[in-house]
This record gives sequence, C-alpha cells and structure tokens, in this order.
Amino acid sequence: MTSIDENSKEKLRSVSVDLNHDASLLIDIPDALCERDKVKFTVHTKTTLSSFQKPDFSVPRQHEDFIWLHDTLVETEDYAGLIIPPAPPKPDFDSPREKMHKLGEGEATMTKEEYTKMKQELEAEYLAVFKKTVQVHEIFLQRLSSHPVLSKDRNFQIFLEYDQDLSVRRKNAKEMFGGFFKNMVKSADEVLISGVKEVDDFFEQEKTFLLDYSSKIKDSTAKAEKMTRAHKNIADDYIHISATLNSLAADDMTANKKNLEKLSDLFEKFRKVEGRVASDQDLKLTELLRYYMRDIQAAKDLLYRRARALADYENSNKALDKARLKSKDIPQAEEHQRQCLQKFDKLSESGKKELTSFKGRRVVAFRKNFIEMAELEIKHAKNSVTLLQGCIELLKSN
Amino acid sequence: MADTARDAPPEQTDFHELEDGEELFPEPATTQESQPASLAAEDISTNSNGPKQDSLFDDDPEDLFAEATEEVSLDSPERDVLLSDGPSPAITPITPPTSVITPRIGHTHDDMFTHSSFDEIEEEEGGDSFDIHISVSDPEKVGDGMNAYMAYKVTTKTSMSLFKRSEFAVKRRFSDFLGLHSKLASKYLHIGYIVPPAPEKSIVGMTKVKVGKEDQSSNEFVEKRRSALERYLMRTVKHPILLKDPDVLQFLESSELPRAVSTQALSSAGLLRMVNKAADAVNKMTIKMNESDAWFEEKQQHFENLDVQLRKLHTSVESLVCHRKELSVNTAQFAKSAAMLGNSEDHTALSRALSQLAEVEEKIDQLHQDQANADFYLFSELLGDYVRLLTAVKGVFDHRMKTWQKWQDSQMLLQKKREAEAKLQFTNKPDKLQQAKDEIKELEGKVQQGERDFEQISKTIRKEVSRFEKERVKDFKTIIIKYLESLVQTQQQLIKYWEAFLPEAKAIS
Repeated sequence: MTSIDENSKEKLRSVSVDLNHDASLLIDIPDALCERDKVKFTVHTKTTLSSFQKPDFSVPRQHEDFIWLHDTLVETEDYAGLIIPPAPPKPDFDSPREKMHKLGEGEATMTKEEYTKMKQELEAEYLAVFKKTVQVHEIFLQRLSSHPVLSKDRNFQIFLEYDQDLSVRRKNAKEMFGGFFKNMVKSADEVLISGVKEVDDFFEQEKTFLLDYSSKIKDSTAKAEKMTRAHKNIADDYIHISATLNSLAADDMTANKKNLEKLSDLFEKFRKVEGRVASDQDLKLTELLRYYMRDIQAAKDLLYRRARALADYENSNKALDKARLKSKDIPQAEEHQRQCLQKFDKLSESGKKELTSFKGRRVVAFRKNFIEMAELEIKHAKNSVTLLQGCIELLKSN
Repeated sequence: MADTARDAPPEQTDFHELEDGEELFPEPATTQESQPASLAAEDISTNSNGPKQDSLFDDDPEDLFAEATEEVSLDSPERDVLLSDGPSPAITPITPPTSVITPRIGHTHDDMFTHSSFDEIEEEEGGDSFDIHISVSDPEKVGDGMNAYMAYKVTTKTSMSLFKRSEFAVKRRFSDFLGLHSKLASKYLHIGYIVPPAPEKSIVGMTKVKVGKEDQSSNEFVEKRRSALERYLMRTVKHPILLKDPDVLQFLESSELPRAVSTQALSSAGLLRMVNKAADAVNKMTIKMNESDAWFEEKQQHFENLDVQLRKLHTSVESLVCHRKELSVNTAQFAKSAAMLGNSEDHTALSRALSQLAEVEEKIDQLHQDQANADFYLFSELLGDYVRLLTAVKGVFDHRMKTWQKWQDSQMLLQKKREAEAKLQFTNKPDKLQQAKDEIKELEGKVQQGERDFEQISKTIRKEVSRFEKERVKDFKTIIIKYLESLVQTQQQLIKYWEAFLPEAKAIS
C-alpha cells in the first residue's frame, strides 16, 4: 500500500529546489513501509564515487537513524560553519488516526455509501501524510548529498551503506537527555546571539533578519495549516451533502429525481476538486513555510555557533591579557587565542557563504512554489467553474 | 349544524395554536357551504374573525370558499366572471344567488365541482395573473430596553386587482407576523390547507437586539429574521386561497394593526398552547385509522422520509456554513501573518511577492465570507424552511385523522343510540322514545356531516399536496440554481485573483 511511483514523487519533490543535480551521488527513497507507528524507509543510493563499495545499493532505515545522522553532523566541530540541513520531523499520523476513530464512532449515522467515501478520504489523507514524511526524509538526504563538504562525511556514508541495523541503541536515555539539554541551551542562545556585539555588518544584518523572520514564519506556518484544514473540512461536508442528495433522489418518484441525481453527482465531483485545492495548498504553501521554518532554525544555529566562537575568541583575548600581566603561560594563551581567532574566521567565512546561498535557495524555492500554487489554484477554479456551469445548464434545461 | 365559529369572540383566536399542525378547538368545517339551501341567504363570512376589520371588508362578509362553491352551476354567470378576470371578482361581495347553491345531495356532485373549481383557480393563479412581490426591509429599532422591538417595512408591489393600489408599504413587527400566522392556522389548518409556518422566535437573539448590542452577531440575527419574514410572506401569498384571506390583505395593506399579544412565548396563551400540544401528541398516538385510501398512506410515508433526509441535509449544510466561516477567518489571519512575513523578508522581490500574497488572501477571505452567506441564506435557509413546512404538511394529515375520528365517534354514538332506541321500543316510555328518536335524527345529521367533512378534507389535502410538491420542486430548482451560480461567481473571482498574483510570483528573481 505504501510504495510510491516515480510520477507522484516528481510532483512531491517541490519544497526544496531540485537537489539531485550531481550524478556522482544520487539518493532517493523509492519505497517505504508503515508498520503501526514505525515507518521503514528504503534508502536507495546510486553513485560513481569510489569511496563507496558498490555503485547501486539500498538499505532500510528508520526515522531515528536520520535523527542520529543529523545530530552527529551537528556535533562535528568541523561543520560548525555550515548550515546543517534540518532534521526531518517525526512521522505524525495522529490527525488522520483520530479522524478515523471518530468516523468509526459515527458510522451508524451515515449511509453505507457515505461511510465508504469518508473512509476513502481518510485513507487518502493518511497516504498524504505518509508521502509527505517520505519526501521530507528524502530531501534531508539530498541536501547532504549535494553539499560539497557534508556529502563526504564518513557518518553519512555509513548511513547510506551500512547494511545492518544501525546501532541507534546509542540513542538511548543518555542521548535523549543530551538532546533535551541541547534544546534548553538553544533558547539561551537566542539571547546570546542578540547580546553579542557584532563586528561584521553582514552578520549583524543576518542576525536581525533571522531572529525576526524565524518567529514570523513560525506564525505563518501555523496559520496556513489552519487555513488548509478548514478547506479540507469543507470538502468533507460536500461528501455528506452529496450522499444525502443521493438518498433524496432514490426516494423521489417525480421528474425531480434526475435533478437531484445531477446535483449529488456535482457535489461529489466538486468536493474532489476542493480536496485537491486543500492538499495542493498544503504542499505548496504550508509545507514550504514549514520547511523553511526549520531551515531558518538551522541558519540560526550557525549564527549561534559563530557567536559562541566569537565569545570564545574574546575570552581568549582576555585570558591572553591576563597571562601577559602575570607573565605566565603566555605561549599557551597566545596559541589558544590564535586558535580561537582561526576558528572564528573560518566560521565567519564559511558562514557567510552558507547564508548567502541559503537566501538564494530560499528565494528560488518560494518563487517556484508560489508559481505552482497560483497555477494550481487557477486550474482547480477553472475546473470547478466548468463542473458547476455544466450542472446549472442541465438543471435549467429540465 | 351549528356555525359555532361565527360568534367566537376575538380572544378565542388568540388561544389557537401557533404551531403548525396543532389546533386547540377543532372547528368544524364551518366555511363550507355544504348545507341545506336554507342557509343560502345567510352568507356570513366565517373567516372574518380577526379582532378588527378594516372598513373595506366590513361589508364583505365573504366566504372564502364561495369561489369553491360558486361554480356549482356551470351556467352561472359568476363562473364566467371568475374565468375571465382576475380573482378579485370572487372577493367582491357576492351574495351567492340561490341558483348557485344547490343542496349537496350526492358526494359525487361535490367532487366534480369543487374539483373543477380548484383547477380553475389554480389555472388563474398559476398563470400570468399571479403577480405580487413582497419585500421586507429597513429593520429599525423602536423603543428602548426590554420593551424595544424591531419594526420592518413590508412593501408590496402588485398588478393584481385584488389590491387597492399597485405599490404600498406598511410597518410591521415580528409579533404581527406571528399573529397573522396564528389566524391563518386557526382558519385553514384543520380543513386541510398547508399554511406556511412563521419564522421561529428567538429569545436570545431578540434580547441582544433589545439590549442594544450593535455588534455583528445581532446584525446577522436581524438580517436572518428579515430574510425569513420575507420568505414567509411570499410563501403565504403564493397560496391561492391564503392570498385572498382578509387577514392577509389587512396585514399587507392597512397601516394600523392591533397587536397580537398572545404570541408572546411566556403568556398564558403560550403556556396553554404548550399544554395542548402535549395533549394532542398523546391523542395522535391513540388514533388508529383504517386507511381506505392508499394514496394517503403512501404520501405520509413519503413525507416522513423526506423529512428525515431534509433534516440530515440541513445539518450538513449548516456544517458547511460553519466551516466556510472558519475558512474565512483563518484566511484573514494568514493574510495578516503573510504581510508581516513580507515586511520581515529582506530579499526585495520576495518581500513584495509576500505582500502581494497577503493582499490576495485578504480578498479571498472576503470571498469566503460572501460565499458563506450564500451557503446560508440560499441553501441552508431553504432547507430549514422546508423542514418547517413539512411539519405543517404532517399536521394537515393529522387533522384528517382527527376528522375521521370525529366521524367515527359520531357513528359509534349513533349506533349506541339506535340500540338504546330499539330497547326503548319495548318499554312504555313514549317521551323517552321520542327523545331518543330526536337524538338519533340529530346524530344522523352529524354522521353525515362528519363523512362530508372527511371527504372534503381528503380532497383538499390531495390538492394541497399536489400544489405543495409542485411548489417544492420549483422552489428548490430556482434556489439551487441561484446557489450554484454563487459558487460559480466565487470560483471565477478566485481565478481573477490568482491570475493577478501569478506575474508577481514570476517576478521574483
């Protein structure tokens, strides 16, 4: 039930710009299986690089394996100056599951046909959530594979290649606590970032921008999600309306019967269009915003690391001064200071590059998605007009 | 048979049920001229039992069923008049000439002519002579505090000669509408006419208005009520019989209308209504009617099913309205959020595009709001109206059952009396015997009347149901088409907005 064909994947791959240019390392998730709460992804790699043992291979991976990969990358010092692609969120089937539960409870109040349709809708919704989670995991890997530095990461290679179950048992209580602590520290970092005196205009601007943008995009994501959900509710209402009209038609013995049937048919088709409007809006707008909300967070993390490095550098300066005063341990202090400066400069240099390309990526992605969304809205609205006018004609002619 | 309603004091009408299908004092079919010719001279209107009569109608003690009965004689000059002109001549005081009122001996006689008379009336009404348009507008608050009320302007535009003028307006308040319905219900429901129900009271809604809360929800409430009142009046006048009722005409035309006090929910009349409604419900359950006519059983079942389905549909549409309003609110919120995001965005072109997106979404939110109104006022209210109308239809069937019961009761009583009389034959009590014979004679009359009433109401119901079904189909079709057109408009606007946005999106670089 859960394999996805190439065609639908093409349509899905929209949130981020096409990342799989580099043919030397091509990654995709052609298949995934949903077992209760667990999703098993099949990660497929095609490569011409000699660093890999085989040119074409697949491995099964769980969500936790992706998280492990992300966290190890974050913790790697060498990558401190890079924007680490945000970790894919945990697959969340709560919403369709809850709805399925409610539907089961309300089964007695609806006709068999209605129930079947609602069930189909929910299954489609379930499938949509599933597709989204596959997409978001895939994009994570593709971001890595298209990054000049990250694609060469040893852990990344292990992730792609190691055909045994990754001992993610490492990610037990200890690691979990580590993660929790990290998150706590993160919010303190916002204060840190805003507190640090910035020497570089570029970073000053970026800091202001990212802090503000981050909260705004979070808000927009939430609001877009509410909008999409209301749209979906309307499509569901049309299912009930269509079904009841059908019942009315069945009971009707007059010439009105045809009219009722036509109307029921119209609403059935119309609700499908409305459903598509809702899901397209979800993919092009809500998912876009959601993705970049996480990406912005990753960019902020970069700024944080740089700010930390700056703080370290400043501290090392103070230590050096102190050492000079005391005339003790001067060479160590000098070395330490030199290292701090080096680290800071490296971070600044790579950070600038990363942030600039990030902006470019973001602009391109927004453009692509806005265009696609507008085009789809127009297409669906035109469809709706045709459907509606067709029905009006039929009704008038009777 | 006694014309009991004639001298009914005005207050009695006030005690009549407002609710459809219910009836406090089952009036015998007083308006039928199915009486011996001796009553021919006494053409007293049975329906002018409103408290005050407009002077115009004082000397028009018209019997609304005169038209039903006037066509009895096919050669009657009145008939030609009726056919050639509009309905008004039927109303002008015509003391039916004795030639017209022939004793109703055979029922077939009745059937043929009442049947045909209805046909003719319907032809006229259904044709181009039915031209009346009523609008309810300009709600304005009168008074202050808990005694305040909304006054509505009722404007009638018509070319029918039934009315004095072609365009006129009066001021009415909600209880006036309820009063009108109450009068019509008391006159027509028990003889089988489907009287459109008046809009529902709403204590909560009105209190808000009285208290002076000038917010959106009380404005919506007033608009909802205004629209409902308009539909109510239009439905009422579409009924060929009701249109000519003097109470209806008075309601539309006369500048002053006595207040219908007993329509208040918490009045003693209101409480009495509730008690009687409960009693009636119990009675309904105990009447076991031998249905000799499958048509009625079929129709009743049909209306039961229709009721269930319409209620279900109504619920779904109400849910649709709710969700669409939600969508509108959510879209507006998103628009604001997108605008803020656009302000925050430091890439100029993207920033502009985001602002444009915010503008589009704001326009779309208004679109959704308008659509939600169409969902409600066209689709949802249509269904609500018909759910209420079906209650009136079901009530009419119930009245038929009651009429039958009455007939049966008289028949049983007659039987008993006959048995008693037979017994008395063998005793030597001449005056008791005579009394018994007199009672029997009276009861025989009653039984005959009962049977005639039953046949009449059955006939009326058949006609009414056929008219109702036709109206219903027409009504639905008209309004559904309007509703679909509103959906088309929304979609076309969406196309416009998104097509305007597309170049902005493409301009991002």
